[in-house]
Amino acid sequence: MTLETVGFWVVAVVLLASSLAVVLTPNLFHAVLYLAAALVATGVVFLLLDQPFLFAVQLLLYAGGVVTIVVFAIMLTERLVGERLVQTSRHLVNGAIVSAAVFVGIAGFLIRSPLDGARPAQSADVTAAIGRALFGPFAITLELLGVLLVVALLGALHFARSEE
Amino acid sequence: MIGLSAYLTLAALVFSIGLFGVLTRRNAVGILLGIELMLNAVNINLVAFARFSGNVTGLVFTLFTIAITVAEVAVGLAIVIAIFRVRRTVEADRLDLLRG
Repeated sequence: MTLETVGFWVVAVVLLASSLAVVLTPNLFHAVLYLAAALVATGVVFLLLDQPFLFAVQLLLYAGGVVTIVVFAIMLTERLVGERLVQTSRHLVNGAIVSAAVFVGIAGFLIRSPLDGARPAQSADVTAAIGRALFGPFAITLELLGVLLVVALLGALHFARSEE
Repeated sequence: MIGLSAYLTLAALVFSIGLFGVLTRRNAVGILLGIELMLNAVNINLVAFARFSGNVTGLVFTLFTIAITVAEVAVGLAIVIAIFRVRRTVEADRLDLLRG
């Protein structure tokens, strides 16, 4: 058992448990906290795949940004309604059947695919390679992404502004 | 050694759990959390494929996915708050203003 094997199984258990808690816990606030745990676990998966830069981005944007926004939204809606938001679920059996069927479909595809093959050696500085790709062949996409973020920010401001 | 299929299976499991959340949650914020899980599973797939093929494009697309997700969450939650002001509820089943 190498360190990577142990780490993978520990992270897999944590990720799956916190994901299940996100969709099953009745308290919405707890669900967000479990989502933060799941996002950090995903970041550790990136770390296991030798991508420390993506781990940092995951922590900054997902676990830092998204979770904060969702917590703010829950606090605002709770303050507006004056009662705790308890989220109930519906169609539990149907949802379980559909998602299990989707998983079986993906797993069947995985089993039939020739996926074995050792992990190639990581190139020396992958972060620099990402940066060169971002500002080389993907420069226009990056600029469009900046426009998208500005539009999303303005749209969010427009939707959430008060009437007066 | 953990192979590519282990990472892909883990991502498929997380994707299915997120889909279950989207299908079963009544609360609109809960549905958004499920979508977050599904997008996260996609990111695991992208990074795993990029790592095992030695191609940097998957990592770039992971960055794009993360940024787009942040924009999606901001707009989605703003819509949830706006709907909440009008209808006093965020239960998806009762948001049927556009029903003919």
